[in-house]
Amino acid sequence: MNYSVFLQLHDELSLLVVMVILLTFDISVSIRRGRYIQPLAIVLLTIHTLLNAFPRDAFEVAGGMYQYFPMHTYVKTILNIGTIIVFLQANKWLNNKDSMIRRGEFYFITLSTLFGLYIMLSAGHFLLFFIGIEMASIPMATLVAFNKYQHKSAEAGAKFILSTVFASGISLYGISMIYGTTGTLYFDDLLPLIVGGPMQIMSFVFFAVGLFFKISLVPFHLWTPDVYEGAPTPVTAYLSVVSKGAAAFVLFTLFTRVFGNLIDEWQSILYGLIIISITLANVFAIRQQNIKRFMAFSSISQAGYLMLGVISASTTGMSSLVYYVLVYLFSNLAIFGVITIIENNTGKVAIKDYNGLYQTNPKLSAIMMFALFSLAGIPPFAGFFSKFFIFAAAAEQGFYVLVFIALLNTIISLYYYLLIVKAMFLRKSDEPIERITSDIPARISLVICLLAIVFAGLLSAVYQQIAAYSFI
Amino acid sequence: MNFLSIFVIIPLLTLFALYFARNRKQINLIAATGATLLLILSGVLTYLYLNERAMGNDSLMLFRADMLWYAPFNIYYSVGVDGVSVAMLILTSIIMFTGVFASWRIDPLPKEFFLWFFLLSSGVYGFFITIDLFSMFMFYEIALIPMYLLIGIWGTGRKEYSAMKLTLMLMGGSALLLLSILGIYYFSGGDTMNLLEIAQRHIPIEAQRYLFPLTFMGFGVLGALFPFHTWSPDGHASAPTAVSMLHAGVLMKLGGYGAFRVAIYLMPEAAHEQAWIFLILTGISVIYGAFSAVVQTDLKYINAYSSVSHCGLVLFAILMLNETAMTGAVMQMLSHGLMTALFFALIGMIYGRTHTRLITEMGGLMKIIPFLGVSYVIAGLASLGLPGLSGFVAEMTIFVGAFQESGTLQRILTIVAVTSIVITAVYILRVVGKILFGKVQNPQHETLSDATWWERTSVVTLIIAIVALGSLPLWISDMIQNSIMPIVGKLMAAL
Repeated sequence: MNYSVFLQLHDELSLLVVMVILLTFDISVSIRRGRYIQPLAIVLLTIHTLLNAFPRDAFEVAGGMYQYFPMHTYVKTILNIGTIIVFLQANKWLNNKDSMIRRGEFYFITLSTLFGLYIMLSAGHFLLFFIGIEMASIPMATLVAFNKYQHKSAEAGAKFILSTVFASGISLYGISMIYGTTGTLYFDDLLPLIVGGPMQIMSFVFFAVGLFFKISLVPFHLWTPDVYEGAPTPVTAYLSVVSKGAAAFVLFTLFTRVFGNLIDEWQSILYGLIIISITLANVFAIRQQNIKRFMAFSSISQAGYLMLGVISASTTGMSSLVYYVLVYLFSNLAIFGVITIIENNTGKVAIKDYNGLYQTNPKLSAIMMFALFSLAGIPPFAGFFSKFFIFAAAAEQGFYVLVFIALLNTIISLYYYLLIVKAMFLRKSDEPIERITSDIPARISLVICLLAIVFAGLLSAVYQQIAAYSFI
Repeated sequence: MNFLSIFVIIPLLTLFALYFARNRKQINLIAATGATLLLILSGVLTYLYLNERAMGNDSLMLFRADMLWYAPFNIYYSVGVDGVSVAMLILTSIIMFTGVFASWRIDPLPKEFFLWFFLLSSGVYGFFITIDLFSMFMFYEIALIPMYLLIGIWGTGRKEYSAMKLTLMLMGGSALLLLSILGIYYFSGGDTMNLLEIAQRHIPIEAQRYLFPLTFMGFGVLGALFPFHTWSPDGHASAPTAVSMLHAGVLMKLGGYGAFRVAIYLMPEAAHEQAWIFLILTGISVIYGAFSAVVQTDLKYINAYSSVSHCGLVLFAILMLNETAMTGAVMQMLSHGLMTALFFALIGMIYGRTHTRLITEMGGLMKIIPFLGVSYVIAGLASLGLPGLSGFVAEMTIFVGAFQESGTLQRILTIVAVTSIVITAVYILRVVGKILFGKVQNPQHETLSDATWWERTSVVTLIIAIVALGSLPLWISDMIQNSIMPIVGKLMAAL
């Protein structure tokens, strides 16, 4: 076998190099010098992102085991950017007394999950796909339990690993049934072989449940609020955008490419899931007192909106989905950035603690408000454009009723996003959060997010680049 | 760079300048400069527009420009104006100008107030100049969301409740609109978002039957269509003065303008079919608003319900689907915008002095603050339709147009709607008599001071505009009527 073909996997190889450098650095320097790993990780990942930001021609490695499409470059770049922003935001938290000695591990483990997501994205075979998804999930559990001396974090880690393993098991069961009915696991070979029949539909359902769990659609969302609340905030941020975004994209490609002949079946399944995900999550979000739990329900409902891109199963659907992930990533990370800064400085995570925030921290509250508006889909922020496009993609395929229900839900979501705005701007507090001087890396991350929220929509080039490489 | 885009750029530049302002003096100066520039600009636009028309340019929209924005969805930033948009732009500029002066002493956070105020105005201007469905919708939403903070932070009374109610109801309307825009886009062939081009196509009647009510209701929410008007009294009552002025004066007109520019223009067949349903609803708005105003005791609530009634009349006239009534509708938008802004400005000024808006607690103010008193009487007379002031011209045109329709329903509803004039007289005269004349109710009111120079600027500008529209209506009604003809032509062809 000619191993030189593996040299074509630029993304994975260069990420591996980054990981190895970081690991070597971490084990070879003293704890005091260990703080240099933070800028090092950010710089290396930035270089890695820039090197791999340009799409190449599509190719296959190992007989279709690994498949590359130009779109993968964009998706991976989006994930990279998200990871960089999370690294910037995690800076201060990692310098805590508790996590200081383990900060090297944080970078290595996070990049391992990213590596898993890469593999999952580009897999052309169910086995490699499963390896990817597991590589992304298991290190994620250690990240969730990173503050291991804090009860909630440890508990969240346990919950996460148990439910994720369970979901993977079900998924694997589905894969085995696919193999049983078709005799192959290569995506390209499967398309003509999966044509319906009870066994294959069962296999699809089992397999899909594992993925629905990843992007936490209702009714597979029960782990989400607890894990989001318990995990360290930067990890929650990572979980809510990077791993969810990758899973949503994979869902699209798998559903359209492998299960393309079952389109009627999975569209009707998704149809129901979208409605209950968006609606239930919205209703639950209204009642939340803790801002991280609040964001958990918000992200469940956003996942429902993402699925509008999947259900349309068209090139417009793919481009609007990827664009939605991009915009969602910046908006959500901006919010989590603010939450992280406030939590690091004051330890407060209840929504009522945000009362009167504008009086003391006008800039933080303004950024938070813009990001919330972006999530709610208010122009001129990018969220408006991403919502419009994803609705347009669904309407193009005639899902008007679904779009209507989703639109009604945007009103509910606007209501609870405005609750935060109300707390920050309208309410007065007896003991407001004091004036916070945030650390420089976190500030940089917020500026990046803010610029993206404002300009990713107004400048059409972003969407058009994505649309140029959409495929089905 | 198109001439019309300056209307959006000036508010944005003002925003930018305001961000760097240090004290109240600078803030007021910048805001006043921005508003004055806009007023001058709309004057220039009117001149250029009339000039161009006089030269014989009879294309549908003037000063057209297109800039490709999102190619995959055929979204352009397209601008263009006809007589109706020009009229709306003049109205917006006048109200912006007077609104800035009416909030000369806004407290607290003057800078933030004007930031949101100008952001809102950029949305309104953008909505009136664009003719691309997506851009229109975007500007429409930009105009809505600042309202939440403007009412929530600077409002009075139950402001949190009102702000939330207003925002959610209006956003609910825009959700309907978004769906209808997508429907219009895909059913008209899915290759253009431009209003003028879609108007050349034919949307299948089956689709129109769903899209027309969605569009009309979507805009109707903002135009205070009967079951969806409930945000208006609470919202207007809680909002600070300038915001009430802008909202009742201009934002509610977005509803009427959109209903006629998008719903009626693009879907004439369904408009003919379904006009009766909405006619009944708007008829209820007109009467219900007027009767509700009669029983209110809070000045702002009285005026808010009166707005429901008058804005209902706008939609009512549009649904008559003939040229005269539609011209009247646009005239009514102008007239109602001006006089309701004057009302809200005066109420704000009176409230700032007496610290009450309840008519039972005031009396004899005419002797104490004669300038505000006289202005209030003028506003009242305009509202009840005294000839020579703007209200008369508008309502006269509307009812003449409405009576041209010979259907039984139209006849009955016209007669019912006409009675609203009488009811208007009841609540206006009651208020004027109660608060301005008679004995002074509260001895503390004896020492109140009359209007300051900035208040006078605001009030006098509005009164001049009302008188001008009332005494010299023809040049503007001709301009409007010429622009309505193609739309009515399309409606006739659809019969």
